[in-house]
Amino acid sequence: MTNRILRLIAVLFALALSPLPALAQANDFAVMVQALGQGGFPDREAAMNALVATGDERVPPILQAMSDGTLYLRKSDQRVLFAAKSGSEFKLTDPVDGSDAGTAVSADIEKIKVNNGLRGKIRTAIGTMTLLSPDSASRLSAAQSILKNADPAMLPLLDSALAAETDPKIKSTMDLARAVIVLKSDAVLDDKRAAVDTIAAHGDQAAQTVLVNALAAAPDELKPVIQTGIDAIGRNLQLWQVAQNLLYGVSLSSVLLLAAIGLSITFGVMGIINMAHGEMVMLGAYTTFVVQELIRNFAPGLMDYSLAFAVPAAFLFTALVGIAIERGIIRWLYGRPLETLLATWGLSLALQQVVRTLFGPTNQMVSPPSWMTGAFDVGGLSITWNRLWIVVFAIAVFAILQLVLNRTALGLQMRAVTQNRRMASSMGIRTPFVDAMTFGLGSGVAGMAGVALSQIDNVSPNLGQGYIIDSFMVVVFGGVGNLWGTLIGALMLGVGNKLLEPQFGAVLGKIIILVLIILFIQWRPRGLFALKGRSIEQ
Amino acid sequence: MITQLILRALDKKAIWLVAVLAVIAIGVPVLNLVVPEGNPLHIPNYAVPLFGKYLNYAMLALALDLVWGYCGILSLGHAAFFALGAYAMGMYLMRQIGARGVYANPTLPDFMVFLNYKELPWFWNGFDMWWFAFAMVLIVPGLLAFVFGFLAFRSRVTGVYLSIITQAMTYALLLAFFRNDLGFGGNNGLTDFKDILGVNVQAATTRAALFAASAFALALAVVICSAIVNSKLGKVMVAVRDAESRTRFLGYRVDNVKLFAFVVSAVLAGIAGALYAPQVGIINPSEFEPGNSIEVVIWTAVGGRGTIVGPIIGAIVVNLTKSIFTSGSSYIAAGLVILIFSGIVAVASGWTKGLIVIAASIAIPVLYGLYQLALYGSFKLPALSDVWLYALGGLFIFTTLFLPKGIVGLIAQWRTMTTKREQHDRNAPSPADVEAGVDPQPNPAE
Repeated sequence: MTNRILRLIAVLFALALSPLPALAQANDFAVMVQALGQGGFPDREAAMNALVATGDERVPPILQAMSDGTLYLRKSDQRVLFAAKSGSEFKLTDPVDGSDAGTAVSADIEKIKVNNGLRGKIRTAIGTMTLLSPDSASRLSAAQSILKNADPAMLPLLDSALAAETDPKIKSTMDLARAVIVLKSDAVLDDKRAAVDTIAAHGDQAAQTVLVNALAAAPDELKPVIQTGIDAIGRNLQLWQVAQNLLYGVSLSSVLLLAAIGLSITFGVMGIINMAHGEMVMLGAYTTFVVQELIRNFAPGLMDYSLAFAVPAAFLFTALVGIAIERGIIRWLYGRPLETLLATWGLSLALQQVVRTLFGPTNQMVSPPSWMTGAFDVGGLSITWNRLWIVVFAIAVFAILQLVLNRTALGLQMRAVTQNRRMASSMGIRTPFVDAMTFGLGSGVAGMAGVALSQIDNVSPNLGQGYIIDSFMVVVFGGVGNLWGTLIGALMLGVGNKLLEPQFGAVLGKIIILVLIILFIQWRPRGLFALKGRSIEQ
Repeated sequence: MITQLILRALDKKAIWLVAVLAVIAIGVPVLNLVVPEGNPLHIPNYAVPLFGKYLNYAMLALALDLVWGYCGILSLGHAAFFALGAYAMGMYLMRQIGARGVYANPTLPDFMVFLNYKELPWFWNGFDMWWFAFAMVLIVPGLLAFVFGFLAFRSRVTGVYLSIITQAMTYALLLAFFRNDLGFGGNNGLTDFKDILGVNVQAATTRAALFAASAFALALAVVICSAIVNSKLGKVMVAVRDAESRTRFLGYRVDNVKLFAFVVSAVLAGIAGALYAPQVGIINPSEFEPGNSIEVVIWTAVGGRGTIVGPIIGAIVVNLTKSIFTSGSSYIAAGLVILIFSGIVAVASGWTKGLIVIAASIAIPVLYGLYQLALYGSFKLPALSDVWLYALGGLFIFTTLFLPKGIVGLIAQWRTMTTKREQHDRNAPSPADVEAGVDPQPNPAE
């Protein structure tokens, strides 16, 4: 109790002292710092509060040092000094003017001890000190620190800081801190009610925790109010959580769409499953890596635009590899889709091993451009830039492919071959050429997907393996011969996966999705958007 | 009637095969146990379970061949049935450890004590009795195949779609068995086996007995498969493979035929897995990897699908090759294997294709060496274990391109060498393809 009174006196004393002229402060400052080294913990606390009251910018480092245990007392002249261990000796610095104070061995100096209670108060004090700092980042962290400790003694200071604050984000944190302190203090009931409302309006996880903690200690008439607040926040949070999961789902869908859309083209037009598709994605990612290394070495100024070069490079490279595969292997296997599957699987093993031989089995660093790093908040949602750009990229790729398929001569020929190969051939379409171009296009799109995936996944020889089964699921689910089917398939699988994840965990969620797909195929053996035709199935 | 069936099943080839397997089943244990060490005919202890493993793989490949080679269902999830059989056997072996585990718990296996299980999960009950566990080896894969096949074949999921959902099945099982809370040991699987039917599983005699059991099981599988494919049902299966719709229009219950083949095949795969687990001493979720199932397909393809002996030869040859590449360091042996394979391709499909295989096999080490030369200034051959994935990849590609009928097809080809005309006629498009508007294809056997 005496402790409490002492502290109150100290704070009042401190507040009374604060408007003193600067000169008087400067003279007293050294004396006040020396006071930290004397007496027991209560004396130290009083000295600390006096220091805090000066509002001097030298105080936070001193208090921090005290809390960290690097503030020492020199036994010979009872001076308080910073001590930094260097070798067997301590290097001493004066905390007041920062001047060098020589060295000492550990026997000559004594650590200024703090206990846990004092350490907590130091934290609050440092928080208070920085609450009025001109730097907005330190003001914010100070406000958050006060929010965490919720020391009622800080209320007057907080009020003055609140009046001066202009930044809305810091202001809202301060508001919350104030409400929390009010709730804790012995303020009148109406004030507390207002405080609960303020906290509830905040609506995030931290606010909910504050209310839950306050619930037990609250007087009975306040309890229902708090409970309503908690529920309101809970509903709010749940909504945001669902929105966030949807967002994750859309992000996953965009990745799935990118990985699957090339597969859907080759499968739809040629009726073959290309098991090496994942390796085309992997080659695209490695192309990104190589392009970035080249730019790093020859034109470092263009680093931020490396992806602009990587996308066409990856498309061209993987498209050429794809055409080579089609001409070299797949064209000999037309009409034998299951054997194509085996041959391309073998090819995928060989391609992985080639990359492992050339680049090693370890992950390669692909650094993201500056405009793709970081995140921003919308309401309760946190959106990372790279995910957002990948969604944009996926939509762009999808739109371009639609244009190619529906507005170009090649697209017309592809669709003709998809619908009736023999008839198309009879009408003078060179089906072998269309096949090669289709496979090239599908592989090229996979390469572009690799550029996107290099931003969010490890660029390693196994990159493609992780996506190949999911891509198959998307294609089989969506149905072939229709890009919209792939889009819907990717969206449903991606969003479904992320919505199941919170309830069942990532692995079980994925298993459920796989089982659902297996069951779905029973119902629609040719996927959601099956191509209608009159030819008999083989 | 049954004897009649078996008599008919044992055509000349099958009798020879069963006889050879019987000789192996007796000969290898004798050479291992009776012939003294130092004798050139002695088979070392480590080799017995290794050969036993090959026989299990051969049985798995034969099981796959029954559905793929004879019924046209390309299952990319057959290793799942194999692994389920192995897990059922593994559960029996775990229960046999009893109180001898690290934690000395009389009922709970070590991993359950480790994961804080209070009591045995319900599905582990009964596995301490051998007859129950052995029944489960047949029932679990069979039941899964029945449910899966019933749903898939009834709704006419065929071709590539079926392959992909079988792959999804094994992938889902892989993910499920990796979970610790499924109760099958998670990542580490089941291991540290002690006894089987009261005898030490590690002992040389037990190993020899397990080998003999593997050989006899394979012989039994040969008899069963041979009986099926030589029966009228077998003929319908081949009809389903070659022209499914036409068979259906003729009034056959295609779904039931496929379901029968699928379930029998899964049960055979399960038995193979059950014999595999005690011989390798561990069973873990990696057996469910989709890649494993695809490898089984390539064994079958290399040996020759649509034959009884083909998949057995294929499984043994490919796995021997794998051992030469991954554990041995003899470049000469590896080179010989490649030469033999090129020779087979050359005989089967012409000299140019054989030369392509040789060229590809030489090109990869040479390119690797040149790459090393450019990078470090010294010409270095790649390690053989690094070459294995190239070799396996090449095997997939060249077998499908140049050896559509596999090694066994080669022998058949020799026989019909004189009647080349017939072969020429067989390459003509079948009427079903013309109706369906499919391009003429080199091999209508899909």
